[in-house]
Amino acid sequence: MSYSWNWGVFLEETPEGGVYYWELIVSGLGWTLAVSVLAWLIALSLGTVVGTVRTTRSRGLVLLGDAWVELFRNIPLLVQMFLWYFVMPELIPPLKRWIVRVDPTYAQFIAAVLCLGLFTSARIAEQVRAGIQSLPRGQRDAAAALGLTTLQAYRHVLLPMALRIVIPPLTSEAMNLIKNSSIALTIGLAELTFRAREMGEYTFSFFEAFSAATIIYVAIAMTANRAMAWVERRVAVPGFMGRGGR
Amino acid sequence: MKLLPLLAAVAFGVTAATAGGEELTGTLKKIKETGTISIGHREASIPFSYLDDKQQPLGYAMDLCMKVVEAVKAELRMPDLKVNLQPVTSANRIPLMQNGTIDLECGSTTNSIKRQEQVAFGPTYFVVNITAAVKKTSGIKTLADLNGRTIATTSGTTSVPLLKQYEKTTAIDVKEIYGKDHAESFLLLATDRAEAFVMDDILLAGQIASSRSSDEFVIIPESLRQEPYSMMLRKEDAPFKALVDRSIGEVMKSGEIERIYARWFTTPIPPRGVNLNFPMTPAIREAFTSPNDKGV
Repeated sequence: MSYSWNWGVFLEETPEGGVYYWELIVSGLGWTLAVSVLAWLIALSLGTVVGTVRTTRSRGLVLLGDAWVELFRNIPLLVQMFLWYFVMPELIPPLKRWIVRVDPTYAQFIAAVLCLGLFTSARIAEQVRAGIQSLPRGQRDAAAALGLTTLQAYRHVLLPMALRIVIPPLTSEAMNLIKNSSIALTIGLAELTFRAREMGEYTFSFFEAFSAATIIYVAIAMTANRAMAWVERRVAVPGFMGRGGR
Repeated sequence: MKLLPLLAAVAFGVTAATAGGEELTGTLKKIKETGTISIGHREASIPFSYLDDKQQPLGYAMDLCMKVVEAVKAELRMPDLKVNLQPVTSANRIPLMQNGTIDLECGSTTNSIKRQEQVAFGPTYFVVNITAAVKKTSGIKTLADLNGRTIATTSGTTSVPLLKQYEKTTAIDVKEIYGKDHAESFLLLATDRAEAFVMDDILLAGQIASSRSSDEFVIIPESLRQEPYSMMLRKEDAPFKALVDRSIGEVMKSGEIERIYARWFTTPIPPRGVNLNFPMTPAIREAFTSPNDKGV
């Protein structure tokens, strides 16, 4: 009763005709990358801003930043995906009218990018805040003593150091984001895991389909990891960053 | 005509029973040795195989599978045979069958030629029509009216390629939108994100019956294709297959099937007392009068 592997299944035609299973997997990979890259851009920019304002002396901004982080960090990603895609349009009539007309794939894609981007931004904000707070107090004071404004102090002294310090945890976030993008299958976006499942349903070669998906996820995550390590080495400040990125 | 195979099956059953344990092969041997038969069931395939409010599996397919279990008990002379109930999904049911985790799958599995390369099937116990559910207000009366509309369907089901083929042969153009399960696909229809939901008619009836506004929806009386549902067993296991065919065949021939069918399809069913109102179609009646395991 052992499993009989059939790797040739990737070269078979899908029931839709004219399309092969390997093409299905590749198209899934395309959506996974598109969602991940766009969501990462949103997460990185919003996360840096939110993380930074949480270290300022303005109570209002700190509260706003805290609320942001708690909101997106405390709701399961699966639930957030459902809320963005199914519930939001019901609450906002113009959005509903738009989403009914537009190609469903766009609506799914936009919902997935927003959901993943905002979810990850909360996690990045937390790390950026920790990075800034890990800097010696003297740096902030020295910047003030030199006559820099708060904005200048962040721009020229605090953020350049803090962002370098948080590169390793950000690498983990990038890898998490890529894997989290598989949650988009719950709103019907035909990304990598969706396609692997679909291929399994049609061919019953579930093990082959998911093995392929696994290898691809590992490959993308490893690439992201290496890319971030390269960035880390490139931007390292000699003498300050002890043993980063080797 | 039909008597000969039946006689052969009965004769085979008698010899198998009298020959004792040593002669057993395949699934029956495994059941005898472990003292357990493992039944794979679904968790939400209403009314075929699903969990009630106490998390107990029940349904039309479960009732029929229990007939097989009774036959196994008699055949192996094991009145204390243990029944192990194993939940399965549409994704893992075939691997779990092949690796021996389950011996018999009782759910809503389409008997297809493609699947027959990997597993065997018992007699057809239900025949579905793949068709569409729409809102009454949409004005859609036939499948051809779907042209230019957005259609929801559940990913990974046989409806997806069928819809694509239908588009090609009839030169209509639709936009597809996928739900991850039937409930979600139905939600897409209910919230007007899709104008039709293409799926097996009985599953559509189930979704509509359990919806809060059942009167709003209607099932189009057309069919993209008919598909037979059947219980799944391991391939190349003639003695067990014969036992399944014989026990289910008897239920169908004796007319007991009428009572079992009515219990699940035309009367209120647990857990919420919903009545599916799904009387026997001619295709289903035909499957009962001449039991067969032909796939599509």
